Amino acid sequence: MTELAFWVIAIVLVSSALAVVLLRNVFRAALLLIVCFFGVAALYITLNADFLAAAQVLIYAGAIGILLLFAIMLTRDLHSGNPFHRLHLPALVLSLLLLATIIGVVIGTDWTTISEVPQVVEMPLDEPTTSYIAIALFDQDNGFVLPFEIASVLLLAALIGAVVLVRREGKD
Amino acid sequence: MNFWLLSPELSLCGIALAVVLLDLVIEQKKVLAVISVFGLIIPIAFTIALWGEQQASFSGMLVVDNFSLFFKFLILGISALVIISSVDYVKKFARFQGEYYALILFSTGGLMLMCSTGELISIYIALELASISLYALVSFLKDPKSSEAGLKYMILGAISSAVLLLGMAFVFGITGSTHLDQIADKVSTLVSGGQLWDSPALLFGIVLMVAGFGFKIASVPFQMWVPDVYEGAPTPITAFLSVASKAAGFAVILRVFYTAFGIEAISADWGMIFAVLGAISMTLGNVVAIAQTNIKRMLGYSSIAHAGYIMVGLAAISTLGKSGVLFFLAGYALANLGAFIAIIAISNKTGSDEISDYSGMSRRSPVISFILAFCLISLIGIPPTVGFMAKFYIFNAAIQQDLLWLVIIAVLNSTISAYYYLRVVKVIYIGEPLSDEPIPSSIPMRVSLAITSIGVLVLGIYPWIVLRLAETAVVTFP
Repeated sequence: MTELAFWVIAIVLVSSALAVVLLRNVFRAALLLIVCFFGVAALYITLNADFLAAAQVLIYAGAIGILLLFAIMLTRDLHSGNPFHRLHLPALVLSLLLLATIIGVVIGTDWTTISEVPQVVEMPLDEPTTSYIAIALFDQDNGFVLPFEIASVLLLAALIGAVVLVRREGKD
Repeated sequence: MNFWLLSPELSLCGIALAVVLLDLVIEQKKVLAVISVFGLIIPIAFTIALWGEQQASFSGMLVVDNFSLFFKFLILGISALVIISSVDYVKKFARFQGEYYALILFSTGGLMLMCSTGELISIYIALELASISLYALVSFLKDPKSSEAGLKYMILGAISSAVLLLGMAFVFGITGSTHLDQIADKVSTLVSGGQLWDSPALLFGIVLMVAGFGFKIASVPFQMWVPDVYEGAPTPITAFLSVASKAAGFAVILRVFYTAFGIEAISADWGMIFAVLGAISMTLGNVVAIAQTNIKRMLGYSSIAHAGYIMVGLAAISTLGKSGVLFFLAGYALANLGAFIAIIAISNKTGSDEISDYSGMSRRSPVISFILAFCLISLIGIPPTVGFMAKFYIFNAAIQQDLLWLVIIAVLNSTISAYYYLRVVKVIYIGEPLSDEPIPSSIPMRVSLAITSIGVLVLGIYPWIVLRLAETAVVTFP
């Protein structure tokens, strides 16, 4: 059952992602990107990651998707679509090479060698994950507190940078 | 959690916040620069007070040892010099001075954290903190060139972050941990049998991580952003990018590769990757630099070449090589900052970065011209400057590891580089001046020029002052 779900999701995910790259109409590409985001959320559900799936829908499919559509609607010259350039063929060859490498690496590696590495928190498979994620993030002894705090500074810096770039020089 | 270990970063963030808030009430914006520079003394003092500490906190994510403290001190010093030399430059964006200084400080904080984390996720977030602040700073001038530079830097930076994350994901996938020391344990069991090729995922992860970090240090083939970004960005930010960002990039590479992938079975493999990339970087950087007419672009290509020289030290997997990298970065920071500060002083008056406009500059401003020439000579690597000592030390390390071919390429490259550096010196001293107006220099400019040029000279004669520190710093790694 899970396997069937995986393959259905995988096909939807890969085909929508391909369409995002290949479509010339930017608006359609953005809509398909949202489909792609939903696909990732579905993938999380098959992996029992309920919190991540909800966050994926809320943040990516919801917030980022809508922001993207707004940005496209407010942009002029939408009809011309993606600008044409001469590097299509080299880009295609390079991407295919990278894809072949990644597939080769994934198939060629013996992934079963991953033995027990001490985890931040032991998590039972059939329980909601939210509280466990919180423990992993904020645990006093071995949680990911530092990156979390750096992320808050990062957001502040991004905010300040965005304000500077958007406002015009001179009196307002 | 030991907040004492985090004190340099915490105090730095405090100063950045203070600058942002005081910007609201202070009319005289120069005060903000004074607050930033004198504020930086606090984290510098904490860094010096922590020297000798050898501890990890935040479950191994914050690693405080002499290695990270060496880089923190270097980056804080660079940041202070960049802020001092911006004081005149900021009149170009008078309205956003507070944000300008605050973003430099945030970026400094990110770079410092990059140097002192022992965990991949923290490394990534710290790198993003440094980069996102820099994306904004690069497009601060808001003219077409600066905006183009910012956009290019951001798009290519985002791609390189994605590549880095993919590499980290592969490494995490095969080792099951993001902590460098745990990765090291797992790696030693994974490749105990023989070659890196036995585990393609690990090899691929390492290659992708080299690519991601390679963007930060501007090595081939991830150097394409350098010339445009260096030319378009505000000159003090170009200086900051070329030294601080590069230093932090090398610090992360040293820590990740020596801690996580340091076992002998595979260190020769990634050493060879760095040797080849280094040889290509220096050759490409130096050859293309010859054709440049804009001095910022020329120094951009020169910074690609210098990334190549420093990678010689990475390729020589030995204590000598590691401490050589640290010393080279310190010397390069001094010489390159000195050159850039002189360029800022000159372009504040002439408004041009074209080499042809430097004609006869020695008669308009003998001191600034001399310092610029002196710093360029240090970048070539001619005694009695620090550039000579740095190259001597790092090439010596490579020879002891039987990397003679790499050293020959590096020495040939240094000779090529003499051509375009000395061409600038020739224009300055032999060309006819375009006007008789002298180049004015304010007190902050004089202070920063004096610090860098004295540093270049003193470290060129007594390199031991910093070399000893560099040697104690790299003891951290086996």
